[in-house]
Amino acid sequence: MASVSQPAAGGVFLTPSAAAPAKSGGGPNVTQARLENGLEIVVIPDHRAPVVTHMVWYRNGSADDPVGKSGIAHFLEHLMFKGTKDHPQGKFSELVADVGGQENAFTSNDYTAYFQRVAKDHLGVCMEYEADRMKNLVLTDEIVAPERDVVLEERRMRTDSDPSDQLNEAVQAALFSQHPYGKPIIGWSHEIETLDRTDALAYYDRFYTPENAILVVAGDVEADEVIALAKSVYGKIEARGEAPKRFRPREPEPRAHRLVTLADEKVEQPSHQSVYLVPSYKTAAPGEAEALEVLAHLLGGGQTSLLFKTLVIEEKLAVAAGAHYAGTAVDDTRFYVYAMPAPEVSLEELDDAIERVLQRVTDIGVDAADLKWAKTRLVAEAIYAQDNQATLARWYGASLATGLKLEDVASWPDRIEAVTAEDVVKAVHRLAKRRGVTGFLLPAGGPMDAPADPAAMT
Amino acid sequence: MTALAKTESPSRAASVQKVVSPGGIEAWLVEDYAVPLIAIEFAFKGGAAQDPVGKPGVATLLAGLLDEGAGPYESEAFHRALDEDAIELSFSADRDVLTGRMQTLSRNMGRAFELLRLAVTESRLDTEPLERVRSQLAAGLRRETNDPDYVAGRAFRSLSYPNHPYGAPVRGDLDSLPSLTQGHLIEMRSAILARETLKIAVVGAIDAATLARHVDDVFGGLPEKAHLVPIPSVDLAGAGTRHIVDVDVPQSTIRFGRQGLARKDPDFVAATVVNHILGGGIFSARLFREVREKRGLAYSAYSQLVTYEHGAMLYGSTSTKNERAAESMQVIEEQIRDLSEAGPSEEELDKARKYLIGSYALRFDTSTKIAGQLAHLQMEGFGVEYLDERNKLIAAVTMEDAKRAAKRLFADAQLLVAVAGRPEGM
Repeated sequence: MASVSQPAAGGVFLTPSAAAPAKSGGGPNVTQARLENGLEIVVIPDHRAPVVTHMVWYRNGSADDPVGKSGIAHFLEHLMFKGTKDHPQGKFSELVADVGGQENAFTSNDYTAYFQRVAKDHLGVCMEYEADRMKNLVLTDEIVAPERDVVLEERRMRTDSDPSDQLNEAVQAALFSQHPYGKPIIGWSHEIETLDRTDALAYYDRFYTPENAILVVAGDVEADEVIALAKSVYGKIEARGEAPKRFRPREPEPRAHRLVTLADEKVEQPSHQSVYLVPSYKTAAPGEAEALEVLAHLLGGGQTSLLFKTLVIEEKLAVAAGAHYAGTAVDDTRFYVYAMPAPEVSLEELDDAIERVLQRVTDIGVDAADLKWAKTRLVAEAIYAQDNQATLARWYGASLATGLKLEDVASWPDRIEAVTAEDVVKAVHRLAKRRGVTGFLLPAGGPMDAPADPAAMT
Repeated sequence: MTALAKTESPSRAASVQKVVSPGGIEAWLVEDYAVPLIAIEFAFKGGAAQDPVGKPGVATLLAGLLDEGAGPYESEAFHRALDEDAIELSFSADRDVLTGRMQTLSRNMGRAFELLRLAVTESRLDTEPLERVRSQLAAGLRRETNDPDYVAGRAFRSLSYPNHPYGAPVRGDLDSLPSLTQGHLIEMRSAILARETLKIAVVGAIDAATLARHVDDVFGGLPEKAHLVPIPSVDLAGAGTRHIVDVDVPQSTIRFGRQGLARKDPDFVAATVVNHILGGGIFSARLFREVREKRGLAYSAYSQLVTYEHGAMLYGSTSTKNERAAESMQVIEEQIRDLSEAGPSEEELDKARKYLIGSYALRFDTSTKIAGQLAHLQMEGFGVEYLDERNKLIAAVTMEDAKRAAKRLFADAQLLVAVAGRPEGM
C-alpha cells in the first residue's frame, strides 16, 4: 500500500520517538543469524500474544535514487505488490488477507521495508511471499502506468496540497546541497512522471538481492524455528556475490545560515523550524549521537523541556515548541528545533528567543536534575518499546539497515546513561546559527510574497 | 506453504479477571509480568456531545487540563513529577466519552497511581494552563483552516448532523474557544467524572488485590452520580446532496457517507462484513481495487462503519486530482449501488469473514492495545464473553444476512458528499 515515512519535520505536532532498543539484561532475547546467500536474520521473541511481525528490510532508500530519477525507490515499493511469475497480482495479498494478516511497506531515505502481521501459524506464507518477490517480480507497462498515477496522487495529497510540506521540501533541499537527503522521498513530480518499467526493473535488479536484505521476525516464535524456516524458504535464493554499493557524496561543512520562506494564502497559523546538519549514530564519534539525543530531549521533549518552558510558559512567545534528533541514518543527518508563535509574535522574534535558549545552554550548561530526568525518560522508552513487537521490529530493522550492529542497539540505554553535562554542551555547538537552515511558514500578504505562477516569471 | 506448529487459540475472555474493589468499583485486569510495565485505560460517559450549546470544545479543553496541575502541584510541578518517573498520562474527549490513559513502569506504580488520583479527583484547572491549552487548540484549528482533509471533514460533520451536538466540532471552533471559562470546565467535570459510568481496564505487572486497592484510592473520591444532558438519537442528514468547499489545491478531498446501523442492531455484524467488502483496509476491497488499482485515481479510498451512542454512519474518503474527482465519485457510487442490489459474491463473503476473524488477534498484542479494547468493550456494554463470541458471530454471517445488511446499509446508494478542492464536473 506504500506509505512514505518522512523524518519528523519542524512545525509538526508529532512527538517523534527516539530509536531506543532494550537495555542489556532486562531486554528481549534477540538472536542474529546469516544465511549463506548473505541474508541477515534477526529474531525477537515475544510470547505474550500468538502473533508475529515479519519484515524484510532492504538497505536502499530515496538517497540511492539515481540522478534524475528521484522517487524510484518509493515507486518500486508500490510496484512490489504487482505480482510475480508464479503469483499474479494480488495473489499473495489475498493469501495474507485470508488468514487475517495485515501488510504494508514504507520507504525512507536509507531503507525500504515490507511487512506482514499475522497469527504465528502463518509465518511461512509471509516468508514465501517476500522470498518470491525478492527475485521474481513481473512488471508490464499496463501495470506500471496507473500505479505511477497513484504515486502522483499520493504526492498531491501529501505535498502539493499542503504549503507546510512544500516548505519542508525546500528546507531539506537547502540543508543538503550535495547529499541526496535533500531530495524528497516520494520524488519530484516532474521526475516521477518520467519513471517507467525499465527504470523500475533496473533499480530492482540492482538492490533486491539477499545480500542487501535483512529479515526481522518479532513475536511468538523461537529463534531456531525461524532460522530453519528462513533457510528453507529464503535460502533458495541465489547469492549475487556481493551486496550493492551506495554512492553518496558527503555534505560539506555548512558555513552560512540559510533562511527559507514560504508564504501562502492557505496558511493561517505561521510556524518556525530550524534544521541543523549533525552526525548520525552511524557517523558520529563515540558518545556524540547519544549527547545529541539527550540534548533533543532536554531542549524539546515535552512540557518540562527548556524550549517549552521558556518560549511557551515563561515568555509566552509560542504555543508549541520542541526538538528532535533524527539519529537513525547512514550519513550525516538532521537535528530539528521547531515552534509555533503565539498570536502577534513574529517569526523573527521567535527565532531570537530560540537562539537565546541555545546560547544559554552553551553559556551556563544544563541543570543536573534536568539531565537526570531526560536520561530516565529516554531509557524508559526502551522498556516501553518492549510492549510492542512491531515497534521492536522497526527499531532493530532501522538500526541494522542504517549500518548499526545488534550490540549497538543493546547497549543504547547504557550509552545514554553515560552522557554527561559537558557532552550535552559540546553537542549544542552543532546548532550554531551559521550551520543551520531556518524555515518560515507565513500567511500570504507579507513582503516575501512572490507570484507563484511560473508562467509569470518568464 | 510451510507453517510452524499449529496452536489452538485459547480463550481470550479467560485471561481477563473482573476485579471489584472493596469500595465497589469494577476493573477488568489482564495480569502479565513479561514486561515490567502497567497500562491503564479508563473512560467516563459524556464527551463533546455534552458541550453546552454554542460552546463546542469544553470537553476537549477539560481533557487537556486534567494533567495540567492537580492537588498541591501546579502544572509545571505536575509534569515534572510525571517525567521524573517516566509516567505517561493523557486524557482525550470524543463525542460520547472522556478517556484517560496511563502507562508506568511497574516499579513506579505507587507514584503513578498517586498522580492519577490527583488528576482524576483534584485537577486544579488553573488560569495559566487554561490560557495556554486554549491557545494551543486555537493554533491547531488555525493550522487546519485550509487543509483540505480538515475542510472536507468539517463540512461533512456539520452537514451530517445539523442542529445536533454530533454536528458540533469536538475541538471547538475559533469563534467559541475564547468564550470558554473555568466555570464551563468545572461544570463539565462535575457532570461527567463520576463512578456511575466509569469503566476501567488494566493490563500488566499487577495482581488483583493490589489493583483493587489502587482503584479505590484513585477513583473512590469521585461522586457516584453523573449529571449528563440527554442526547437525542439522530439520523445522518443530507443523503443525495453534494457540497463543495473551494480550496485552491490540485486535488479534491472527498468525504462521503450515509446512515449506518447501530452497534446493537442485529444486522450490525453482517454490516461490518459487508463494509469490509466495500472499503475495508485490504487490497481486494472494492474501493481500493476499482479506484486505486484499476484506474490510478487515488492513493487512498476506504469506507468504515462509525457508531456513536446515539447515531451511526457509513463513512468513506478518497482524494483525487480535480480533473478526475467526478469519475472517482461515480466509481464509488457504482460499487455501493451494486452491493446494495446484487450483494457480495460468495467468494467475497468468504474472504471477508476469514480476514475479520483472523485479524482480531492483532488488536491484542500490546498492553496498551488490550487495555483500549477492554475499556471500549465495557463502554459499549458488552461482557467479557464477547471476546470469545465475536469471531463466532462473524463466522455465522450467511449470504442471506450479508445481502440483507447490504440492502439496509447501502439502500438507494444516496450519499452525502463533501468535497474540498476544485473538483471538475461535480
